[in-house]
Amino acid sequence: MFSRTWQRLSSVVLGLFLSPAIMADWELNMPQGVTDISQSIYDLHMLIFWICVWIGVVVFGVMFYSIFAHRKSKGAKASQFHESLGLELLWTALPTAILIAMAVPATTTLIKMYDTTDAQVDIKITGHQWKWQYDYLGEDVGFFSNLTTSQDEIYDRTAKGDNYLLEVDKHVVVPTGQKIRFLITSNDVIHAWWVPEIAVKKDAIPGYINESWALIPEGKEGLYRGQCAELCGVDHGFMPIVLEAVTEDQYQIWLDDQRAAAEAQAAAALGDFSHEQLMVKGAEVYARSCAACHGAEGEGMGSVFPALAGSAIATGDMAEHIDIVLNGKQGTAMQAFAAQLGEVDLAAVITYERNAWGNDAGDTVTPKMIIDAKQ
Amino acid sequence: MTTATAHHDDHGHHGPAKGIMRWVLTTNHKDIGSMYLWFSFTMLFIGGAMALIIRSELFQPGMQLIEPEFFNQMTTMHGLIMVFGVVMPAFVGLANWMVPLMVGAPDMALPRMNNWSFWILPFAFGMLLLTLFTEAGAPNFGWTFYAPLSTTYAPSSVTFFIFGVHMMGISSIMGAINIVVTILNLRAPGMTLMKMPLFVWTWLITAYLLIAVMPVLAGVVTMMLMDIHFGTSFFDAAGGGDPVLFQHVFWFFGHPEVYIMILPAFGIVSQIIPTFARKPLFGYASMVYATSSIAFLSFIVWAHHMFTVGLPLETELFFMYATMLIAIPTGVKVFNWVSTMFRGSMTFETPMLFALAFVVLFTIGGFSGLMLAIAPADFQYHDTYFVVAHFHYVLVPGALFGIIAGVYYWLPKWTGNYYDEKLGKFHFWMSFIGVNVTFFPMHFIGLAGMPRRIPDYALQFADFNAIATVGAFIFGFSQLVLLYVVIKSIRGGEKATDEVWEGAEGLEWTIPSPAPYHTFAEPPHVK
Ligand code: HEC
Ligand code: HEM
Ligand SMILES: [Cu+2]
Ligand SMILES: [Cu+2]
Repeated sequence: MFSRTWQRLSSVVLGLFLSPAIMADWELNMPQGVTDISQSIYDLHMLIFWICVWIGVVVFGVMFYSIFAHRKSKGAKASQFHESLGLELLWTALPTAILIAMAVPATTTLIKMYDTTDAQVDIKITGHQWKWQYDYLGEDVGFFSNLTTSQDEIYDRTAKGDNYLLEVDKHVVVPTGQKIRFLITSNDVIHAWWVPEIAVKKDAIPGYINESWALIPEGKEGLYRGQCAELCGVDHGFMPIVLEAVTEDQYQIWLDDQRAAAEAQAAAALGDFSHEQLMVKGAEVYARSCAACHGAEGEGMGSVFPALAGSAIATGDMAEHIDIVLNGKQGTAMQAFAAQLGEVDLAAVITYERNAWGNDAGDTVTPKMIIDAKQ
Repeated sequence: MTTATAHHDDHGHHGPAKGIMRWVLTTNHKDIGSMYLWFSFTMLFIGGAMALIIRSELFQPGMQLIEPEFFNQMTTMHGLIMVFGVVMPAFVGLANWMVPLMVGAPDMALPRMNNWSFWILPFAFGMLLLTLFTEAGAPNFGWTFYAPLSTTYAPSSVTFFIFGVHMMGISSIMGAINIVVTILNLRAPGMTLMKMPLFVWTWLITAYLLIAVMPVLAGVVTMMLMDIHFGTSFFDAAGGGDPVLFQHVFWFFGHPEVYIMILPAFGIVSQIIPTFARKPLFGYASMVYATSSIAFLSFIVWAHHMFTVGLPLETELFFMYATMLIAIPTGVKVFNWVSTMFRGSMTFETPMLFALAFVVLFTIGGFSGLMLAIAPADFQYHDTYFVVAHFHYVLVPGALFGIIAGVYYWLPKWTGNYYDEKLGKFHFWMSFIGVNVTFFPMHFIGLAGMPRRIPDYALQFADFNAIATVGAFIFGFSQLVLLYVVIKSIRGGEKATDEVWEGAEGLEWTIPSPAPYHTFAEPPHVK
């Protein structure tokens, strides 16, 4: 760890004297991003940065000159001048002029950023503690997107993957060459949806729908990663965003696939499942969606996250058990899973909980029962 | 008449009471000033320990030492303690000690209230700190405590937090009133407003800011209290309330608050630089006007903390322009300091070193502030480590270095002994290196996209985080040197003269060192 740190440090110091292109590799600076807006913002950033650098050079230059030349140890005698209206006016007027010059491009860019009209794709983004929900308006496509980095990686029990903390189960897919409008809101506390490469950062606020937009040019297909940027509770650091820009054609195909998958799932829910099938599937769903809080073996975690092995609810009344998984429990980390998981997954995971780790309810929750409970 | 004078003289010479009750009951501005300063110093080590816990967890990616929940408690408590428990009390302590000495007053105007405004503080912070040991844990919603995270979703300790904020607020308001009254009523004959030392001026303006905005803070926490316990919905969208309203009210307090934390430091630096440059402060009047404009502007820039909440375009533009404006008077101050040094006859004792570092590093913080003011760019900067770098540059080598510079500058007057100059310089250089190694890399990781207030981060941020942690430990531990230097100077050392510093001017340098328990029983005359 340490030797790598020092290696990197020395290369960074060297890099300052080398070309800016190399510096970009080391991510010292704001990304230029892939949209017009992100480029304009980057330009503004560099402009104001160089203005500051030059003011700094002049001011600190004079200061260090005095420090070296006007020191008592060199026999400097203090002069007693202490006022100059001319100078005061000069250094009020000059910065004012610079700032006005700076305000002009900043204003133009801001006006562009606020122009959310004429969007071709509308995506509603809802922040939840601690995941994002995406709904493609008018397309009948919607889903939740969860962090996939494992607890083992986070707690240093296995090596960390390349996209540590920046990977999710479902990407938010968008077409290139089209103006996309994001409608951003929240279901609980304030979050902020941020993808640096497209320079979109907007707070997700309960009761508000904020708008923002991006147009990713054709040819810039790819994965763009971001994170929640507003403190939203304990797992604020663990709700990333992965934006996948694809061509218009691929986007349409993807939408069709999503709809087909949703239909297949709904149809499947009406089919029959054996207890064994549900147990197998339930184990998968549990590992993916529940184990982070309730433990891999249903053993719970600390005093906040209850054990499910032996839990009164998980071995007791079925309706109550279904209710807490579907609707969550207000004011606790136990969230509503009704919209997050399909009927089959829900039936499977509840069946699993009732019959795994020594729990012996012995009954089976079917997808049909979930559909009924949802009504 | 003669007996009255005799009695007065007698009174003038009696010393402090003995034992612990001296401190509990004291109404003496010097005692109370010292208590404020020791309180602040204690809190600096507590808040600093929390910072080191945070930095240790962030040393490398992955969760190693603490859980995310405790991490959030640490960031919240660290911020609250540093702002309300370190910077503000330290400035009030310096004002208590120095304002009466600088204006030639025998004491603060309202000495009993002075005692009370200090003694509230240990209880407020004691209560806040005790929440760490409750089952629900300490407040975990950030020092900006945005609703609804701090209301509907808050741990139960939030009620203690609200009560604590009320107590701190009362203390600050009382302290501020006392300072205003002292400055306006107890100046020595001949000391017109425009002859007041700049430290007095900046504190006068700061005190008005405090009186104006602390009630707003009290208001916002009271609204939270109502939401949490009495069924109102000020900030609850589900009940027809407005979470954004919280931020408007909070930052209407919050932005003036950041100037409350810097204006007195401007004052201190404006005392120190002329002394060690042996040359009068350049542009005294423009300094006063610049400080007043900053104070005025600080009321109309608050929404620059809210550029991403979805304000209307016109609002956004207004706050961008207003924020850019504030850089102008701030610049004037920096130019004046530099001109004061120009063609002076400078020496570099520890207070001067801290003051010079203040000018350079505060200006760097001002530059990043100017960058943040550019609203479109702020969409990329906001809530990243770039903001963390910005406010630490203005607060640590800004406010805190200002305080430390003042402590070194006035310490010989307080204790009667010079501090150990070698150790002072050592402390300076360690702090200077520590601060920059800690906070400069944060600009880079912020620009590269690391959000603030996260306990764990993606791999590309690893190297600079490791460096920042190393810097934090250097900075943190070098403050122990300051503790040692202060104690050493209290215990003894080379005796200080009355003037203390060769180029120092002002009433505080006309009294003996150490300053007697009672000073200026007879007001001096200022020509
Ligand atoms: C983010 C953490 C988290 C996740 C993920 C989570 N739970 Fe929970 N769960 C909780 C908490 C906290 C409680 C306790 C709520 C309370 O205080 O009553 C709880 C309670 C429960 C209970 C009631 C247990 C009892 O004895 O009180 C059941 C059943 C349950 N969860 C099932 C699930 C299932 C099924 C999943 C996955 C689909 C899941 N949970 C995912 C946090 C979580
Ligand atoms: C040139 C003068 C300054 C300008 C233009 C300026 C501008 C800004 C802006 C725009 C932000 C919001 C950034 C964001 O959250 O996106 C900010 C944050 C902040 N500034 Fe400044 N600033 C200046 C000086 C100061 C000073 C003097 C202090 C305190 C001594 C200060 C303390 C802070 C703090 C504490 C925050 C962060 C608050 C938080 O979110 O926790 N700033 N500044
Ligand atoms: Cu968040
Ligand atoms: Cu501000």
